Amino acid sequence: MAINYLNPLFEVVRNPDRCIKCRVCERQCANEVHHYDPDLDRMVADETSCVDCQRCVTLCPTRALKIRPNENQFRENGNWSQQIMDEVYKQAGSGGVLLSAMGNPREYPVYWDKILLNASQVTNPPIDPLREPMETKTFLGKKDQSIHYDENGKAVYEKNPYLELDVPIMFSAMSFGSISKNAHETLARAAQELGTYYNTGEGGLHKDFYKYGANTICQVASGRFGVFKEYLDTGAAIEIKMGQGAKPGIGGHLPGMKINEEISKTRMIPKGTDAISPAPHHDIYSIEDLRQLVLSLKEATNWEKPVIVKIAAVHNVAAIASGIARSGADIIAIDGYRGGTGAAPTRIRDNVGIPIELALASVDQRLRDEGIRNNISVVVGGSVRCSADVVKAVALGADAVYIATAALLAMGCHLCRSCNTGKCNWGIATQRADLVKRLNPDIAYKRLVNLVHAWDHEIKEMMGGMGINSIESLRGNRLMLRGIGLTQKELDILGIMHAGE
Amino acid sequence: MIIDAKNMQYAELNKMVRDSEEDKFTLDNVLGQRYIGAGLPEGKEILINGTPGNALGAYLNGAKISVHGNAQDATGDTMNDGAIIIHGNSGDTTGYAMRSGEIYVQGNAGYRVGIHMKSYQDLFPTIVIGGKVGDFLGEYQAGGIIVVLGIGVEGCPVGHFCGTGMHGGEMFIRSDVMPKGLPVQVCCTVATQEEKESIRHYVERFVKHFGNNADELLSSNFFKLTPNSASPYKQLYVNNL
Repeated sequence: MAINYLNPLFEVVRNPDRCIKCRVCERQCANEVHHYDPDLDRMVADETSCVDCQRCVTLCPTRALKIRPNENQFRENGNWSQQIMDEVYKQAGSGGVLLSAMGNPREYPVYWDKILLNASQVTNPPIDPLREPMETKTFLGKKDQSIHYDENGKAVYEKNPYLELDVPIMFSAMSFGSISKNAHETLARAAQELGTYYNTGEGGLHKDFYKYGANTICQVASGRFGVFKEYLDTGAAIEIKMGQGAKPGIGGHLPGMKINEEISKTRMIPKGTDAISPAPHHDIYSIEDLRQLVLSLKEATNWEKPVIVKIAAVHNVAAIASGIARSGADIIAIDGYRGGTGAAPTRIRDNVGIPIELALASVDQRLRDEGIRNNISVVVGGSVRCSADVVKAVALGADAVYIATAALLAMGCHLCRSCNTGKCNWGIATQRADLVKRLNPDIAYKRLVNLVHAWDHEIKEMMGGMGINSIESLRGNRLMLRGIGLTQKELDILGIMHAGE
Repeated sequence: MIIDAKNMQYAELNKMVRDSEEDKFTLDNVLGQRYIGAGLPEGKEILINGTPGNALGAYLNGAKISVHGNAQDATGDTMNDGAIIIHGNSGDTTGYAMRSGEIYVQGNAGYRVGIHMKSYQDLFPTIVIGGKVGDFLGEYQAGGIIVVLGIGVEGCPVGHFCGTGMHGGEMFIRSDVMPKGLPVQVCCTVATQEEKESIRHYVERFVKHFGNNADELLSSNFFKLTPNSASPYKQLYVNNL
């Protein structure tokens, strides 16, 4: 038998004084790490398949468990890290492309953490959000640039289709397939209660969720899965997916083994066949072609719905955004390189794309320079982790943000980054019925609502501190931002001054 | 309802069709107006005289469209049901991601015809092309049937890279010469008599629309293309947690 060169990544530490052999850990672990050994009369663990999802730790009634990184180490090497060596072993053993999940975990700079916010002192006093009205309502869509009058001199308002958000936060695209039905229900109900929107992803929409249509963004991707008239009519907006931050330049691929009865229904493909979304839309090779798809969707929905075009943040993002702003789209969504995914080739996830902070700043500036900023709203995602990130994004020019990883965390995700295995112990990134039922939408949607309400309060606190009572006055207000520990080039791209300036 | 589309913008033309309660429309002097019939439901019928623009019948939802002239690119994009009959040629990506219904083209069609076509339960799409097609016919095909009759064509009536990424459905190509440069995802055999009979229905419908002789067409040699695997990309990955 060939030697297995791979060591377990983690070590299961069980405190025998605390363990009562209740076997909860065994029942809870879809990776089958724990089992009871009757001869020894104790619980034992096979760590090779542990992913450190913390399910057993969280549910252990006596707190007898800990998962730690495996202390066993290859010989230290500043160049050849143990992870890189492991990856070589995996590929040498299989010949396969490395596949990972969730956002880029590598230690690239997080620009949000190098930006500081302003506050008012003495002059232009701060506003107390508990006492004064504060506005975080946001409208997404084209803004009219000029006023038209009829023959009687009355102003005529041309109504462009728009989205109305009670908070400047939406849930970004996660398909039914990549996440469970209960997870989708959680997002839909939270979006409805919060007065915002969730996004179907490219997997179509389950019939049970049509009732949340007024809070649903329906995605259209290159594979066109589940796209038909009723689907387009149901949503509040249509999003054309051109790219995704976690895997710019490549398409999606849901393996046939994950296409069960329910997913087959929403994607409208037979059970067990692969769902392949090619990297490009094969009818889009130019901005003119994109315009054709945008307008065809508008025609098909009687010009009633705003169309979003979602792209990954890549090197030429500003020029691309400028094209999209002229394509007839109402909203552009930009996804940074830290954005999550249910599965992406490791090398793509970790090496392709640029940080959303820099992409946002350059897009906003470019659209302003060209006088077309009001043609389109800008939504950003790709690791917006907290309310301060939202405030900084808005001040850099975003109209709203997309969150997804944070929303999954609210449901119980512990970022073990193994969504691609389909064995999510938290019932989120899985289609196994026994695992899916672990996520209770009744509880989870309230947690998600709590999270966004808390962020909304914090956003208002920060705005109040700056003496701003409407998020509209914060939008693109880069004077409220200062950089810390950034080079002049970085400051120039972000369009902000250094702290102390 | 008869509409003279001369010098009319597409939005105005399409709105007239969409808002009308009538079921039958004749559009005369059509010249490049896009998105005609987009998302139109069952029961509606459009007869087009002229040359419709791109994305004719996109998301078509049961309506019937006949074109007396040539169609342009993206005809029947993401079509869900209905029929598009073209008495002429059709452009690139005809039937992109089509899920059901039928597209019949009397003449030739462009590149990437039937790309990502898929079937589901009783939804089953059909494309029949009378003449020849360009490269990448049936790329990523996941379901449904594509028939290329190659009437009056010398040599093979399909271009290169036919069926790249194919993982479902069938293609029938009337030709004495096997398509060139077939990718590994495709299995190509000479169609048996029985297999040819399975497409008789489609050939007869073609003949009904455009004339010709079904028996004669079916007596020729056909190549049948099917996918080698329902999940052609499975073996490519290794989990890296």
